[in-house]
Amino acid sequence: MTTAVSTRLRQGTLGTSAVRPDANAKVSGSFAFSSDMWADGMLWGATLRSPHPRARVVSIDVSAALAIDGVSCVITADDVPGQLTYGLIAQDQPVFARIGDEVRYVGEPVAAVAADHPETCRRALAAIRVDYEVLDPITDPEVCIAGTEDLLHPDGNIFREQRVVHGDQSITGEVVVEGTYVIGMQDQAFLGLEAALALPDHDGSGVELYIATQWLHEDRKQIAACLGLPEEKVRLVLGGVGGAFGAREDISLQVHTCLLALRTGRPVRIAYDREESFYGHVHRHPASIWMRHHADRDGRIRRVEARVVFDGGAYCSTSPAVLVNGISQIQGPYKCPSALVESWAVRTNNPPCGAMRGFGVVQACFAHESQMDKLAAAIGVDPVEIRLRNAMETGDVLVTGQIVDDVAPVERCIRETAALPMPPLSPDSDDYRDIPGGSGLTADRRHIRRGVGWGVSIKNLMYSEGFDDYSTARCRMDDGVVTVKFATAEVGQGFVMLAQQIARSVLGVDEVLLDTIDTQIGSAGSTSASRQTWMSGGAVDAACRAVRERLLDLVADRDGLDRSSLTIDDLDITDGLSYRRSVVDAARGLRIDETAEYRHPPTEDLDQNGQGNCHVAFAFVAHRAVVDVDVDLGLVKVVQVATAQDVGRVLNPLSCVGQVEGGIAQGLGLAVMEEIVVADGLVRNPSFTDYLLPTFLDAPEVVATFIEEFEPKSPLGAKGVGEPPCISVTPAIVNAIRQATGRDLPRVPVRPSDICL
Amino acid sequence: MTKSSPPSLDYRLTVNGRPHEVQDSWIGESLLYVLRERLGLPGSKGACEQGECGSCTVVVDGRAVCSCLVLAASAVDSEITTIEGLGADQALSDVQQAFIDAGGVQCGFCTPGFVVAVHHLLSNHHDPSDNEIREALSGNICRCTGYGRILEAVREVVVRRRSS
Ligand code: FES
Ligand code: FES
Repeated sequence: MTTAVSTRLRQGTLGTSAVRPDANAKVSGSFAFSSDMWADGMLWGATLRSPHPRARVVSIDVSAALAIDGVSCVITADDVPGQLTYGLIAQDQPVFARIGDEVRYVGEPVAAVAADHPETCRRALAAIRVDYEVLDPITDPEVCIAGTEDLLHPDGNIFREQRVVHGDQSITGEVVVEGTYVIGMQDQAFLGLEAALALPDHDGSGVELYIATQWLHEDRKQIAACLGLPEEKVRLVLGGVGGAFGAREDISLQVHTCLLALRTGRPVRIAYDREESFYGHVHRHPASIWMRHHADRDGRIRRVEARVVFDGGAYCSTSPAVLVNGISQIQGPYKCPSALVESWAVRTNNPPCGAMRGFGVVQACFAHESQMDKLAAAIGVDPVEIRLRNAMETGDVLVTGQIVDDVAPVERCIRETAALPMPPLSPDSDDYRDIPGGSGLTADRRHIRRGVGWGVSIKNLMYSEGFDDYSTARCRMDDGVVTVKFATAEVGQGFVMLAQQIARSVLGVDEVLLDTIDTQIGSAGSTSASRQTWMSGGAVDAACRAVRERLLDLVADRDGLDRSSLTIDDLDITDGLSYRRSVVDAARGLRIDETAEYRHPPTEDLDQNGQGNCHVAFAFVAHRAVVDVDVDLGLVKVVQVATAQDVGRVLNPLSCVGQVEGGIAQGLGLAVMEEIVVADGLVRNPSFTDYLLPTFLDAPEVVATFIEEFEPKSPLGAKGVGEPPCISVTPAIVNAIRQATGRDLPRVPVRPSDICL
Repeated sequence: MTKSSPPSLDYRLTVNGRPHEVQDSWIGESLLYVLRERLGLPGSKGACEQGECGSCTVVVDGRAVCSCLVLAASAVDSEITTIEGLGADQALSDVQQAFIDAGGVQCGFCTPGFVVAVHHLLSNHHDPSDNEIREALSGNICRCTGYGRILEAVREVVVRRRSS
């Protein structure tokens, strides 16, 4: 790992592997996750869900459930006092399905109960009688694109249709490659299941919700609307979050929990089990992408054409934004003067899809990186060379017409990845754990073929298309004690640690307290889109700098010093001459309190030809995967993944490595094992027994290096590191399997039968 | 429809060396549920309740088990050790400290289960190879870290224990 360290860094400041403030509690089991929340007199809540992908609700009879001992209440759509629907972009998703309306996916909420024990809840749910008129579901997105009279929702069957027409449309290439690529539905599979505790105000006029979420203020807005309460009557506190990866952007149990608490006047906790979690949150969009690349004889891309279909499932969630992310970066991190893209995100009776780490770019990247290998083969150069010849640079243009004015070290990402050591050709031992099939002992090393594959990606950072996703932070210095407050959701990524690092660096103190993460301060925007280091980092930095300026003003006044020569040097305030006093000491008796908002420059909507400066900034990454394949049984062992990632600046080395390794494991999951299998709208594998996640034995060796070219647009010089690791690793692995097997493999996850049959 | 309330039971569990009375417990409650919801020991986590993720790992009579798969009432005569019973007098155990030092903690939801599983592994096996570590911990899912820093943490403990 190359981490340039030019000056001595004080431990705990920016650039060091500062320790997470929550680490101690997390290793001792005392950290309070939202599922650990408990209150005196608490009731349990549970949700009744539709077993049908599409049906009309004819009647709901809750009387038998209400008659069960220990059941406090049963609620349905009739009990929603405010807005009956919610949603991040379009408010099209019902809190509960109403009698006379349709349920649109398996798992859609119909009613909820509160009772004294989870088992009582289960019995109550079983006692609710719902009569459905079962209808034929639409599960093929192409039906919606072709146009049908059969509307699944009053808002229609298309969430967004978007063309991109860019450059000279008459361009054709001497070399043309094409293919259709299919991406399966991936689940975020965070480990900490959805859970919330709602505490009603004594007079029933408001509610406090402890919740694991990615964006407290957006949740509050949607919850308050459904409860029919002013936002200030709904207070949200972040409960400990056990991972997120996009699955906590949408409302799941928030409204239900608050409704039950307000109705019963008692604290209510809802905690999903794993099966319900599969039904309770949105997933990564399954997609079908046709692409045609036109290139010169030397492999330089002249034009891309694409047809992109994302299946959004029953409700809108973030589908329109996911689609735009995918198509606006469909060229990949490559120069491309001309493009024609047609795309749709559509409504079906499949499970709703929305945000997952990579947000639309994962799907696009699998297509463009599969194409790059085809192009390499057509030209007769190797996969590295074709990518180098096309590598994007600062100043190049996206198919949306947007100029990439960031640091864009694509060539360095590729070259530095290529320079990382390869794994040994074959391990010295015949340890079964190193061989595809592992402890199944199905393979012997002589039948195994090795492959090496590449993937490179571009990923936008922050929200897009005109969205003002600002962040707020407050810094107080009270008698030398520094406290930082923000509403930034800590979901595992370590923002709590970064905030302390920033404050230590700016203010010259070691001790930094963090206030509760809640809605008692302005919004921080969502913990998504690799944006919190930049946005909330920017806000914390600005608040701390404001405190520093004020501190130096006050000290200069009080101690009769020349303000212009005062600086903070390490832990001291000094005028560079005779005055030197520790910050903590100099700040005694002073109270400073500053709040700052950080905003990124505005962006634009895409026009009807898909042109517009819709993104804020971009990061880049390259992945090289080495795989061993048992071709007879179709089993794959990912031996090693090498990666060089453009991060601007490493703010916490250990944390960056953690993001890279974790992202790679998720990308590996999509490549070879993870898929929510949906047939006729029914989820076939809503459990960890049947939805396979990478285990310790599946995780490859990761060799990583970071490209540090200070990003001038970023407040700390750093780019978000969260998403890029999981994007191009998927095609890198599949390209490696293709190289090993000679198979086309147009679909992920690659299943054993795709290789051996 | 008749009223029905789950049949209940009183019993005693020995957790981290201390007796705990369990009262009015539905007989179907798992050990994980009773630890978390009745005994005030929420350190053990549930992420699948199917024995697939290892978040709920505890040691029962010297064996590491998924507490989600054990009926609490069946553990009455057993010695149960949970994450809360590791580390002495407020101090972190070497395994817990190594998870922090090596960067093995992100969201931390898997961490208690891992820490219990690693203690158990290293008490039976003083010098495991990387593959032995991977295999022994392959029943513990982590969605955040990709396992790299966790492997590093275990290696560090092995080295530190060897040199002490
Ligand atoms: S909760 Fe017990 S193994 Fe997952
Ligand atoms: S740290 Fe989040 S699941 Fe392991």
